[in-house]
Amino acid sequence: MTQPFRLPRGGQIDRERVLRFRFDGREYEGHPGDTLASALLANGVRLVGRSFKYHRPRGIFSAGPEEPSALVQLETGAVTEPNRRATEIGLYDGLRAASQHAWPSLTADFGALVGGIAPLLPAGFYYKTFMQPPALWSRLWEPLLRHMAGLGRAPRLPDPSRYDKHHAHCDVLVVGGGPAGLAAALAAGKSGARVILADSDAAFGGALLRRAYRIGDREGLEWSAATLAELGTMSDVRLMPATTVLGHYDDNYLIATEEVGDRRSAAPKVGLPRQRLWHIRARRVVLATGAQERLLVFADNDRPGIMLASAVETYVKRYAVAPARRAVLFANNDDGYVAAAALDRAGVRVAAIVDPRDAPGLTALRSVEPIPIFAGYAVTATEGRGALRRVWLSPFPAADRSRRGRSIAIPCDLLAVSGGWNPVLHLYAQAQGRLRFDEALTAFVPDGAEAAVRCVGAAAGHFGLGQCLADGATAGAHAALLCGFGTGEAPPMPKVEDEEEAAPGPLSLLGSHHIARRAFVDLHNDVTAADIALAAREGFEAIEHVKRYTTLGMGTDQGKTGNLPGFALLAATIGRSVGETGATTFRPPYVPVAYGLLAGRERGMLADPVRLTPIHDWHVAAGAVFEDVGQWKRPRYYPRSGEDMAAAVRRECLAARDRVALLDASTLGKIEVSGPDAGRFLDRIYINRWQGLPVGQCRYGIMCRDDGMVFDDGVGTRLAQARFFITTTTGNAAAVLDWLEEWLQTEWPDLEVFCTSVTEQWANATLVGPRAREVLATLTPGLALSRADFPFMRMREVEIVGIPARIFRVSFSGELSYEINVPADYGLTLWQRLIAAGEPYGITSYGTEAMHVLRAEKGYIIVGQETDGSVTPTDLGLGGLVARDKECLGRRSLDRRDTARPDRKQLVGLLPENPEEVLPEGAQLVATRDRAPSAASGLDPGMIGHVTSSYFGARIGRSFALALVENGRARDGEIVWVSLLGQVVPARICQPVFYDPEGRRRDG
Amino acid sequence: MLLIPCPWCGPRDEIEFRYGGEAHIARPTDPDALDDRAWAEYLFMRANPKGVFAERWMHSAGCRCWFNLLRDTVSHRILAAYRIGDTPPARDTPS
Repeated sequence: MTQPFRLPRGGQIDRERVLRFRFDGREYEGHPGDTLASALLANGVRLVGRSFKYHRPRGIFSAGPEEPSALVQLETGAVTEPNRRATEIGLYDGLRAASQHAWPSLTADFGALVGGIAPLLPAGFYYKTFMQPPALWSRLWEPLLRHMAGLGRAPRLPDPSRYDKHHAHCDVLVVGGGPAGLAAALAAGKSGARVILADSDAAFGGALLRRAYRIGDREGLEWSAATLAELGTMSDVRLMPATTVLGHYDDNYLIATEEVGDRRSAAPKVGLPRQRLWHIRARRVVLATGAQERLLVFADNDRPGIMLASAVETYVKRYAVAPARRAVLFANNDDGYVAAAALDRAGVRVAAIVDPRDAPGLTALRSVEPIPIFAGYAVTATEGRGALRRVWLSPFPAADRSRRGRSIAIPCDLLAVSGGWNPVLHLYAQAQGRLRFDEALTAFVPDGAEAAVRCVGAAAGHFGLGQCLADGATAGAHAALLCGFGTGEAPPMPKVEDEEEAAPGPLSLLGSHHIARRAFVDLHNDVTAADIALAAREGFEAIEHVKRYTTLGMGTDQGKTGNLPGFALLAATIGRSVGETGATTFRPPYVPVAYGLLAGRERGMLADPVRLTPIHDWHVAAGAVFEDVGQWKRPRYYPRSGEDMAAAVRRECLAARDRVALLDASTLGKIEVSGPDAGRFLDRIYINRWQGLPVGQCRYGIMCRDDGMVFDDGVGTRLAQARFFITTTTGNAAAVLDWLEEWLQTEWPDLEVFCTSVTEQWANATLVGPRAREVLATLTPGLALSRADFPFMRMREVEIVGIPARIFRVSFSGELSYEINVPADYGLTLWQRLIAAGEPYGITSYGTEAMHVLRAEKGYIIVGQETDGSVTPTDLGLGGLVARDKECLGRRSLDRRDTARPDRKQLVGLLPENPEEVLPEGAQLVATRDRAPSAASGLDPGMIGHVTSSYFGARIGRSFALALVENGRARDGEIVWVSLLGQVVPARICQPVFYDPEGRRRDG
Repeated sequence: MLLIPCPWCGPRDEIEFRYGGEAHIARPTDPDALDDRAWAEYLFMRANPKGVFAERWMHSAGCRCWFNLLRDTVSHRILAAYRIGDTPPARDTPS
């Protein structure tokens, strides 16, 4: 018979349809409406996984997101997901799941066989057991632990699923669609406010789904169906089932995940994403997040077959599954009794109810007649290897001598436990809400009212159904009113009589058992009562410390069922109240999230914008190897067949030095600075003078931050009296524009200046080399190009092959060079014409690598390579640029005592003694050969600087480098030592110009 | 994510903005008149209050205007937003 534990009728499942699924390779059947957990229970599967640390057999403990034990590996291959809670996986046809961290198999688990190592894993075992000898850690302990612990396996293939993101705004967001949430949404919706109602469950109703409440003259579920129907008619109400709110951030910004394809099949229908990530900004938030039942702490309280009482109710009523043949209920509160009554009605024999209180509530007692009640007793032990077989009861409290009596054994295959209820306050706490411990409820409850967030119903500690409805309606109407909708008056709610309940029993049953190693407080992390007691003995009293020492409430579970019992145990051990001990921080996300969902569609090509120059296609066709410079793709070099990078770069460099070469410099940052005060403004921004620059002339400039450190450099050109065109480092263009705007807006609003980014408006083909003039002349017959007619640092606006162009005679290579700027759309045409015109001269395209070699041979710096935010113009040997007779950013700081120090790190050249050795950039320099500090001599052979740029110089025929070295200029000619892996290499300090120091070549 | 009331564009998500540190630190008009200590005070020293803080923000993905906020660094509540050059409102936390 299939599904032997399925009840003959009832449940919100579709019995007409059968879904087949596999768990650990065996095939089972279930129905639409089932979760994986309910379907497993219907088939009598009790053992579902092994625990995290001790590999204890575990079953299904809950029926919701609080599940600490039944974590499974869902599906295989690329769509596989570890740590999925069986209680949250909607069953679909063909589902495949497997148990986790059981090796070699669930029933014969190696970890459990060596359960003998458990004494090695006490609280804080990371800090204790594996300390000595160190070698054992990497060879033995770490591999062993990594194999045994861990939670499931991450997929090894890219996730093929699609994930979407959705931004939404609303007046009132109601989180939780139980009675309180439905009432709140209804009240807010009626006022006309924009409302979103989200519930993590695929079905709304909350507690109505598990318990047969009556609301007015209707069944609870009839009321919720009618309420949902009414909400469905409201155009400004969005109902979001299967949507879990994960986090609550500043100003009511909430993140939620909506299961779209997940609940239907492993591979969602074409066109639908698997999940959607919602970003919701709400003006008011009503948290109707309900409450979660707590476990009870006693020895061996983790066996398969031990389950929360509320989960038992859910399986019986919602899924028509009787998770047992013979049950015992262990509850310290009246509410738990409902589970016993529900089992009884479903035909399951309830052998006993165990209650540590002497006087359970009368209504509760009447509801479970004639089940035997053991009041003043506690469950103190359980038996059964793979599944529960028997429980042992003892009088409580055990410390009371008059109570000493014999323990009683009761055979059973289900133990329903109820340790009372915790309001679910994760989101409230994340929204900075304060908590207060309510002694009467034995739970943390919201303290005071956060302005824009309100807890209602069970989340506020109001557990009665009538109270939940009234609470929700009031809060919903009030939230709407605060958004400007309705009158604030709550709509009438149907009448519900809340039953009187007796006070709940103690949170901690300390004394009812030895502080047993196997009395679990946190099933998810395998934290025991003994661990808490040990932490307390070792002096850990602050709750956040105990959490980290014991791992209580850590990981994906975040202490949903076990935290408070753990806090109570600690409080009792150290003689404080739970309120004094306090609660740990609730961290988002509320439940685990797939990385794919957070990434959404921003992966692969869409992960980051890719910027291409107008000439890009030509580079691709020419076989360029590209490198990323910021978001730009720039050709690094153009290898010909048989060439490696070194050979290609050498050929490109020599072409630029000896003949003619062409570089795509379109990525250079370009900003137009215009307005009557543009010159004055640039005078304040650059360390050198700009106001007097004649129209049509170019100037190299350095910008400093106000602390005197180099921020950017580039060439500026005066296009007109009130119009400058400045260039920036490729990767710094946006930062420079921000910088200019910041000073204009915040400090000098009196200046009439406008800054416009024109980086992408202009393509730049840079023609370089001694034959550059001849090549250019073939394309600009009307332009006088002689040294006298078009001198260095001048700009000409001309037409070149019919294209309007600006030609700048500037040089970043030391050679005769023309930077030809044309509107971007003409960039490719210009480039092709230059290549064609240069063919007779042997024109060669070159990339960024050759560009670097050429500029470094000349000692030209690159901001961000030779500088790191701690380098002044003086350090770079460019102190002479600073115009001392005008005020500009950074000038005053150059006179600060530290900045003016003569022995700062300064830019120098380095020639490795071995001319073939190219030093790695970033290599550290030391002053003496012996690296180890000598205590006796007191000498510090410490680091005196580092290599900033290093290449093999094609024209100079040897390796060379630029470096920042302490007091470097005074060390000219000295040997320093370059510290490399396993060796120390000598290099000689020299002037940072390696080629044509007289600058003869720039005019061709 | 803060909801920041840009004085030009209205409330927008924090992700559209760039933070600019403490507000109302005027650049000295005559830096040479300051000794190193006084200059360093301007350059490096910033208040770090627990409570109401006047700070600069820039709507970098919007109007690109700089403006000032009064923000409580404990509760993250924004008490006021005002344009560059405007007098800061009183810092008393409205009840």
